[in-house]
Amino acid sequence: MPIAIAFDSGGNAATEPWIKAGKPTYPCLIDRKHLVAELYDMVNVPTAVWIDERGKIVRPSEPAGVSDAFRKMNRTNFSIPADAMSELQAKRKAYLEALRDWVANGSKSSFALSEAEVLRRMHTPDDTQVRAAANFRLGEFLFEQGHAEAAKKYFEEAKRLRPESWNYKRQAWALEDPMKPGGPEFWAAVDALPEGQYYPGPDDI
Amino acid sequence: MPTDIIFGERVFTGVDAKAAGAALWLSGGDLKRVSGWEHKPQGFCKGDVCVPVPAARASEFVSNGAYNLAALANLLGLPSVSDAAFNAWCFGEAASERKRSLTSLDAPDFTLPDLDGKTHSLSEHRGKKVLVVSCASW
Repeated sequence: MPIAIAFDSGGNAATEPWIKAGKPTYPCLIDRKHLVAELYDMVNVPTAVWIDERGKIVRPSEPAGVSDAFRKMNRTNFSIPADAMSELQAKRKAYLEALRDWVANGSKSSFALSEAEVLRRMHTPDDTQVRAAANFRLGEFLFEQGHAEAAKKYFEEAKRLRPESWNYKRQAWALEDPMKPGGPEFWAAVDALPEGQYYPGPDDI
Repeated sequence: MPTDIIFGERVFTGVDAKAAGAALWLSGGDLKRVSGWEHKPQGFCKGDVCVPVPAARASEFVSNGAYNLAALANLLGLPSVSDAAFNAWCFGEAASERKRSLTSLDAPDFTLPDLDGKTHSLSEHRGKKVLVVSCASW
Protein backbone atom coordinates (compact mmCIF):
# COMPACT_ATOMS: atom_id res chain seq x y z
CA MET A 1 0.00 0.00 0.00
CA PRO A 2 1.62 3.28 -1.07
CA ILE A 3 0.79 6.37 0.96
CA ALA A 4 1.95 9.67 -0.51
CA ILE A 5 2.51 12.53 1.89
CA ALA A 6 2.62 16.06 0.49
CA PHE A 7 4.77 18.34 2.64
CA ASP A 8 2.87 21.48 1.80
CA SER A 9 2.11 24.36 4.15
CA GLY A 10 0.02 25.75 1.28
CA GLY A 11 -2.47 22.92 1.95
CA ASN A 12 -5.09 21.97 -0.62
CA ALA A 13 -4.61 25.09 -2.73
CA ALA A 14 -0.98 24.14 -3.39
CA THR A 15 -1.43 20.39 -3.77
CA GLU A 16 -4.79 19.96 -5.52
CA PRO A 17 -3.63 20.52 -9.14
CA TRP A 18 -0.77 18.01 -8.67
CA ILE A 19 -2.82 15.34 -6.94
CA LYS A 20 -5.71 15.63 -9.41
CA ALA A 21 -3.28 15.37 -12.36
CA GLY A 22 -1.76 12.22 -10.88
CA LYS A 23 -5.15 10.44 -10.55
CA PRO A 24 -3.78 8.34 -7.67
CA THR A 25 -5.40 5.06 -6.65
CA TYR A 26 -3.81 5.31 -3.18
CA PRO A 27 -4.11 7.89 -0.38
CA CYS A 28 -2.39 11.25 -0.96
CA LEU A 29 -2.30 13.06 2.34
CA ILE A 30 -1.67 16.73 3.00
CA ASP A 31 0.91 17.44 5.69
CA ARG A 32 0.89 21.21 6.17
CA LYS A 33 3.14 21.02 9.22
CA HIS A 34 5.64 18.52 7.77
CA LEU A 35 4.92 16.21 10.73
CA VAL A 36 5.76 13.04 8.82
CA ALA A 37 9.03 14.60 7.65
CA GLU A 38 9.91 15.04 11.32
CA LEU A 39 8.72 11.59 12.43
CA TYR A 40 10.67 9.76 9.74
CA ASP A 41 13.54 12.19 9.27
CA MET A 42 12.72 12.97 5.65
CA VAL A 43 14.74 15.94 4.43
CA ASN A 44 13.79 16.05 0.76
CA VAL A 45 11.26 14.87 -1.81
CA PRO A 46 10.83 12.23 -3.05
CA THR A 47 12.06 10.16 -0.14
CA ALA A 48 10.48 6.97 1.10
CA VAL A 49 10.33 4.59 4.04
CA TRP A 50 9.42 0.92 3.84
CA ILE A 51 7.24 -0.46 6.63
CA ASP A 52 6.49 -4.17 6.94
CA GLU A 53 3.29 -5.97 7.99
CA ARG A 54 4.22 -5.73 11.68
CA GLY A 55 4.68 -1.98 11.45
CA LYS A 56 8.48 -2.20 11.55
CA ILE A 57 10.72 0.05 9.47
CA VAL A 58 12.74 -2.12 7.06
CA ARG A 59 14.23 0.74 5.04
CA PRO A 60 14.66 4.15 6.65
CA SER A 61 14.16 7.45 4.84
CA GLU A 62 16.12 7.57 1.57
CA PRO A 63 15.75 9.17 -1.85
CA ALA A 64 13.24 7.07 -3.79
CA GLY A 65 14.22 6.29 -7.37
CA VAL A 66 15.93 9.60 -8.10
CA SER A 67 19.49 10.77 -8.59
CA ASP A 68 21.57 13.90 -8.94
CA ALA A 69 21.33 13.55 -12.75
CA PHE A 70 18.51 16.14 -12.57
CA ARG A 71 21.28 18.71 -12.10
CA LYS A 72 21.97 18.54 -15.83
CA MET A 73 18.54 20.04 -16.45
CA ASN A 74 18.39 23.15 -18.61
CA ARG A 75 17.64 25.71 -15.92
CA THR A 76 15.67 28.00 -18.19
CA ASN A 77 13.33 25.67 -20.02
CA PHE A 78 13.65 22.71 -17.56
CA SER A 79 14.44 20.22 -20.36
CA ILE A 80 16.64 17.26 -19.44
CA PRO A 81 19.43 16.06 -21.76
CA ALA A 82 19.09 12.49 -23.06
CA ASP A 83 21.98 11.01 -21.02
CA ALA A 84 20.65 12.46 -17.78
CA MET A 85 17.16 11.30 -18.66
CA SER A 86 18.28 7.72 -19.20
CA GLU A 87 20.17 7.79 -15.88
CA LEU A 88 17.04 9.03 -14.11
CA GLN A 89 14.91 6.38 -15.79
CA ALA A 90 17.38 3.63 -14.83
CA LYS A 91 17.35 4.82 -11.21
CA ARG A 92 13.58 4.82 -11.12
CA LYS A 93 13.43 1.35 -12.69
CA ALA A 94 15.94 -0.06 -10.20
CA TYR A 95 13.97 1.37 -7.30
CA LEU A 96 10.68 -0.07 -8.54
CA GLU A 97 12.31 -3.47 -9.09
CA ALA A 98 13.67 -3.44 -5.53
CA LEU A 99 10.25 -2.48 -4.22
CA ARG A 100 8.56 -5.29 -6.18
CA ASP A 101 11.15 -7.74 -4.92
CA TRP A 102 10.28 -6.81 -1.34
CA VAL A 103 6.54 -7.02 -2.03
CA ALA A 104 7.03 -10.54 -3.47
CA ASN A 105 9.61 -11.87 -1.02
CA GLY A 106 9.08 -9.94 2.20
CA SER A 107 11.86 -10.35 4.74
CA LYS A 108 13.66 -12.72 2.37
CA SER A 109 14.20 -9.85 -0.06
CA SER A 110 17.76 -8.55 0.05
CA PHE A 111 16.26 -5.06 -0.02
CA ALA A 112 14.49 -5.56 3.33
CA LEU A 113 17.30 -4.53 5.65
CA SER A 114 18.26 -6.07 8.97
CA GLU A 115 17.51 -4.06 12.12
CA ALA A 116 21.21 -3.34 12.54
CA GLU A 117 21.46 -2.03 8.99
CA VAL A 118 18.34 0.14 9.33
CA LEU A 119 19.82 1.64 12.51
CA ARG A 120 23.18 2.15 10.85
CA ARG A 121 21.61 4.08 7.98
CA MET A 122 19.29 6.11 10.16
CA HIS A 123 20.11 9.66 11.15
CA THR A 124 19.54 9.86 14.90
CA PRO A 125 17.51 12.87 16.03
CA ASP A 126 19.50 15.34 18.14
CA ASP A 127 18.89 18.63 19.95
CA THR A 128 19.67 20.69 16.85
CA GLN A 129 17.11 18.77 14.82
CA VAL A 130 14.27 19.15 17.33
CA ARG A 131 15.11 22.85 17.75
CA ALA A 132 14.98 23.28 13.97
CA ALA A 133 11.61 21.51 13.89
CA ALA A 134 10.20 23.77 16.62
CA ASN A 135 11.32 26.85 14.69
CA PHE A 136 9.81 25.57 11.46
CA ARG A 137 6.57 24.73 13.25
CA LEU A 138 6.28 28.20 14.78
CA GLY A 139 7.05 29.76 11.38
CA GLU A 140 4.38 27.64 9.74
CA PHE A 141 1.88 28.56 12.48
CA LEU A 142 2.53 32.31 12.13
CA PHE A 143 2.31 32.02 8.34
CA GLU A 144 -1.03 30.23 8.60
CA GLN A 145 -2.27 33.02 10.89
CA GLY A 146 -1.43 35.54 8.18
CA HIS A 147 1.86 36.78 9.65
CA ALA A 148 4.12 35.95 6.70
CA GLU A 149 6.74 38.55 7.60
CA ALA A 150 7.01 37.39 11.23
CA ALA A 151 7.23 33.76 10.07
CA LYS A 152 10.40 34.37 8.06
CA LYS A 153 12.69 34.60 11.08
CA TYR A 154 11.71 31.11 12.23
CA PHE A 155 11.98 29.55 8.77
CA GLU A 156 15.45 31.08 8.49
CA GLU A 157 16.46 29.64 11.85
CA ALA A 158 15.15 26.18 10.88
CA LYS A 159 17.13 26.37 7.62
CA ARG A 160 20.26 27.50 9.45
CA LEU A 161 20.03 24.72 12.04
CA ARG A 162 19.41 21.99 9.46
CA PRO A 163 21.09 22.95 6.22
CA GLU A 164 20.57 19.37 4.99
CA SER A 165 16.79 19.86 4.94
CA TRP A 166 15.70 20.78 1.44
CA ASN A 167 12.13 20.61 2.71
CA TYR A 168 12.72 23.61 4.97
CA LYS A 169 14.53 25.58 2.28
CA ARG A 170 12.16 24.92 -0.57
CA GLN A 171 8.96 25.20 1.49
CA ALA A 172 10.04 28.55 2.91
CA TRP A 173 10.96 29.78 -0.59
CA ALA A 174 7.62 28.54 -1.97
CA LEU A 175 5.72 30.54 0.63
CA GLU A 176 7.62 33.67 -0.46
CA ASP A 177 7.20 33.08 -4.20
CA PRO A 178 5.99 29.93 -6.00
CA MET A 179 8.84 30.26 -8.55
CA LYS A 180 11.59 30.52 -5.96
CA PRO A 181 12.06 26.79 -5.16
CA GLY A 182 13.26 26.25 -8.76
CA GLY A 183 15.00 29.59 -9.10
CA PRO A 184 18.60 30.85 -8.92
CA GLU A 185 18.88 30.47 -5.13
CA PHE A 186 17.92 26.82 -5.38
CA TRP A 187 20.43 26.09 -8.12
CA ALA A 188 23.18 27.96 -6.28
CA ALA A 189 22.52 25.80 -3.20
CA VAL A 190 22.52 22.62 -5.30
CA ASP A 191 25.72 23.62 -7.10
CA ALA A 192 27.40 24.16 -3.72
CA LEU A 193 26.95 20.43 -2.98
CA PRO A 194 29.28 17.71 -4.26
CA GLU A 195 27.76 15.47 -6.96
CA GLY A 196 25.51 12.82 -5.45
CA GLN A 197 24.78 14.75 -2.26
CA TYR A 198 21.43 16.25 -3.20
CA TYR A 199 19.90 12.80 -3.42
CA PRO A 200 22.38 10.66 -1.44
CA GLY A 201 20.79 7.42 -2.55
CA PRO A 202 21.34 3.98 -1.04
CA ASP A 203 24.21 2.02 -2.57
CA ASP A 204 22.25 -1.24 -2.71
CA ILE A 205 19.56 -0.05 -5.16
CA MET B 1 -2.48 37.82 27.98
CA PRO B 2 -4.09 35.45 25.43
CA THR B 3 -1.26 33.27 24.18
CA ASP B 4 -1.11 30.68 21.40
CA ILE B 5 0.77 27.57 22.47
CA ILE B 6 1.85 24.76 20.19
CA PHE B 7 2.68 21.76 22.34
CA GLY B 8 3.86 18.78 20.32
CA GLU B 9 1.28 18.18 17.64
CA ARG B 10 -1.48 20.14 19.40
CA VAL B 11 -2.30 23.83 19.22
CA PHE B 12 -3.98 25.78 22.02
CA THR B 13 -5.10 29.28 21.09
CA GLY B 14 -5.89 32.10 23.46
CA VAL B 15 -4.49 30.47 26.60
CA ASP B 16 -4.51 32.85 29.56
CA ALA B 17 -0.77 33.06 30.23
CA LYS B 18 1.81 35.58 31.32
CA ALA B 19 5.11 35.79 29.48
CA ALA B 20 8.00 37.37 31.40
CA GLY B 21 11.34 37.13 29.64
CA ALA B 22 12.08 33.46 29.12
CA ALA B 23 9.21 32.39 31.43
CA LEU B 24 5.65 31.48 30.49
CA TRP B 25 3.33 31.34 33.49
CA LEU B 26 0.10 29.32 33.35
CA SER B 27 -2.54 28.26 35.87
CA GLY B 28 -2.31 24.66 37.08
CA GLY B 29 -5.40 23.79 35.03
CA ASP B 30 -3.96 25.20 31.82
CA LEU B 31 -0.59 23.61 32.49
CA LYS B 32 -2.26 20.21 32.59
CA ARG B 33 -4.56 20.92 29.62
CA VAL B 34 -1.69 22.08 27.42
CA SER B 35 1.19 19.84 28.49
CA GLY B 36 -0.40 16.94 30.35
CA TRP B 37 1.89 17.70 33.32
CA GLU B 38 0.66 18.76 36.76
CA HIS B 39 2.37 19.97 39.88
CA LYS B 40 2.36 17.65 42.90
CA PRO B 41 4.34 17.60 46.16
CA GLN B 42 6.93 15.29 44.56
CA GLY B 43 7.42 17.53 41.49
CA PHE B 44 5.81 17.71 38.06
CA CYS B 45 3.93 14.55 37.13
CA LYS B 46 2.35 13.10 34.01
CA GLY B 47 0.66 9.76 34.63
CA ASP B 48 3.07 7.67 36.69
CA VAL B 49 6.10 9.71 35.77
CA CYS B 50 7.28 12.46 38.11
CA VAL B 51 10.19 14.84 37.70
CA PRO B 52 11.46 16.55 40.85
CA VAL B 53 11.91 20.31 40.80
CA PRO B 54 15.47 21.34 41.71
CA ALA B 55 14.94 22.71 45.26
CA ALA B 56 17.23 25.71 44.83
CA ARG B 57 15.34 26.76 41.70
CA ALA B 58 11.77 26.11 42.90
CA SER B 59 10.73 29.73 42.37
CA GLU B 60 11.59 29.44 38.67
CA PHE B 61 8.90 26.78 38.35
CA VAL B 62 6.15 27.74 40.78
CA SER B 63 5.23 31.23 41.85
CA ASN B 64 2.01 32.70 43.27
CA GLY B 65 -0.04 29.69 42.19
CA ALA B 66 1.26 29.85 38.60
CA TYR B 67 3.53 27.42 36.79
CA ASN B 68 6.31 28.21 34.35
CA LEU B 69 5.78 25.99 31.33
CA ALA B 70 9.00 27.22 29.67
CA ALA B 71 11.09 26.17 32.69
CA LEU B 72 9.33 22.81 32.83
CA ALA B 73 9.96 22.28 29.10
CA ASN B 74 13.61 23.09 29.63
CA LEU B 75 13.80 20.62 32.52
CA LEU B 76 12.24 17.94 30.27
CA GLY B 77 14.60 18.69 27.38
CA LEU B 78 11.83 20.00 25.10
CA PRO B 79 12.93 22.61 22.57
CA SER B 80 11.01 25.87 22.77
CA VAL B 81 10.72 28.94 20.56
CA SER B 82 8.55 31.98 21.11
CA ASP B 83 7.46 35.10 19.28
CA ALA B 84 6.90 38.02 21.63
CA ALA B 85 5.05 40.18 19.08
CA PHE B 86 2.32 37.60 18.47
CA ASN B 87 2.36 35.87 21.88
CA ALA B 88 3.03 32.53 20.24
CA TRP B 89 5.07 29.71 21.77
CA CYS B 90 6.09 26.39 20.34
CA PHE B 91 7.26 23.44 22.41
CA GLY B 92 8.61 20.52 20.43
CA GLU B 93 9.48 16.96 21.29
CA ALA B 94 12.64 16.06 23.22
CA ALA B 95 15.48 14.72 21.09
CA SER B 96 15.80 11.79 23.52
CA GLU B 97 12.16 10.85 22.95
CA ARG B 98 12.48 11.18 19.16
CA LYS B 99 15.59 9.03 19.29
CA ARG B 100 13.91 6.39 21.45
CA SER B 101 10.89 6.30 19.15
CA LEU B 102 12.83 6.10 15.88
CA THR B 103 15.44 3.58 17.03
CA SER B 104 12.68 1.21 18.23
CA LEU B 105 12.07 0.81 14.46
CA ASP B 106 8.33 0.82 15.20
CA ALA B 107 6.98 3.04 12.44
CA PRO B 108 5.49 6.06 14.21
CA ASP B 109 1.78 6.46 13.51
CA PHE B 110 0.33 9.59 11.91
CA THR B 111 -3.12 10.80 10.94
CA LEU B 112 -3.52 13.29 8.10
CA PRO B 113 -6.31 14.46 5.77
CA ASP B 114 -6.59 13.86 2.04
CA LEU B 115 -7.86 16.56 -0.36
CA ASP B 116 -11.46 15.88 0.66
CA GLY B 117 -10.65 16.26 4.34
CA LYS B 118 -11.01 12.55 5.04
CA THR B 119 -8.40 11.47 7.55
CA HIS B 120 -6.14 8.44 7.11
CA SER B 121 -3.82 6.83 9.65
CA LEU B 122 -0.82 4.66 9.00
CA SER B 123 -2.08 2.22 11.63
CA GLU B 124 -5.15 1.40 9.49
CA HIS B 125 -2.79 -0.48 7.20
CA ARG B 126 -1.18 -2.77 9.77
CA GLY B 127 -0.91 -6.24 8.24
CA LYS B 128 0.11 -4.81 4.86
CA LYS B 129 3.44 -3.60 3.61
CA VAL B 130 3.42 0.19 3.36
CA LEU B 131 5.53 2.53 1.26
CA VAL B 132 5.44 6.02 2.76
CA VAL B 133 6.66 8.38 0.07
CA SER B 134 7.07 12.14 0.28
CA CYS B 135 6.11 14.64 -2.38
CA ALA B 136 5.48 18.39 -2.59
CA SER B 137 4.08 21.01 -4.93
CA TRP B 138 7.25 23.06 -4.69
